[in-house]
Amino acid sequence: MSFRAAVVTFPGSNCDRDMAVALEQASGTKPLRVWHGDADLPDNLDFIALPGGFSYGDYLRSGAMAANSPIMRSVKRAAERGVPVLGVCNGFQVLTEARLLPGALMRNSSQHFICRTAALTVENAHSLFTSGYASGETVQIPVAHHDGNYFADDETLDRLEGEGRVAFRYVENFNGSRRDIAGVLNAAGNVLGMMPHPERAVDAAHGGTDGRRLFEAAIKALA
Amino acid sequence: MKIRVLVSLKPGVLDPQGRAVHHALEGLGFKGVEDVRIGRTIELDVDDSTSDAALDEMCRTLLANTVIENYRIEKLDR
Repeated sequence: MSFRAAVVTFPGSNCDRDMAVALEQASGTKPLRVWHGDADLPDNLDFIALPGGFSYGDYLRSGAMAANSPIMRSVKRAAERGVPVLGVCNGFQVLTEARLLPGALMRNSSQHFICRTAALTVENAHSLFTSGYASGETVQIPVAHHDGNYFADDETLDRLEGEGRVAFRYVENFNGSRRDIAGVLNAAGNVLGMMPHPERAVDAAHGGTDGRRLFEAAIKALA
Repeated sequence: MKIRVLVSLKPGVLDPQGRAVHHALEGLGFKGVEDVRIGRTIELDVDDSTSDAALDEMCRTLLANTVIENYRIEKLDR
């Protein structure tokens, strides 16, 4: 079976290659590379990834410009059809700005750019992205962000928690995120946004392989 | 027509930048500063026929993120 994934590159994306390598290592198939100005995505995609970086130089708000680029209309249509969409770091910011996920990502409460390995608790191990983990398991995934402080109002947070849509929480809250949230799912469970970078933990040489299980789970779920 | 859009954080949304600036003002010895909130000003020059509804939609679609921000549209006299 070939796994048809696409990695979107915006001007200023810088984790697109790492994302493509992680997907290829896990699936054995090279992902399609798509440019932000492309209007259309192929209809038969199995997976779409929005990578980390600083799309459009973080002008206006992180992810705001990218969320309105031509390719995002196709990404929204694919997400509505149920195609799995993963947004990592800037990709998560793009997904919230595009309203595919609730909430917003604000400047870290410390004001500092934070680059480190983060311990995460897997809150929901039943999604297509997280079924390779056990609920409550602690995994180690790197973070590198300035705007990772997740905000949503209390009502939204209660709903996310009630519906099992918090995928990951930080063990130690270093960026100010409300309720320690590191990653959230959409209502249908096919869109995941997370600040930590699973594509940076797919090879023993990275110092850990906990991220690889996310890609393997998504591929297995589609097989 | 000159338009000024003032974007501010909603009440209740923490403003780490404002807090840091508040500390800096206190560090400089300024007294009586109760709170600092940082927002953004966006100036537009639009065709006179641009409707209020269109301006409002620009704000809601792109200029402000209404999850965390409020906005106010001002029309400036020439």
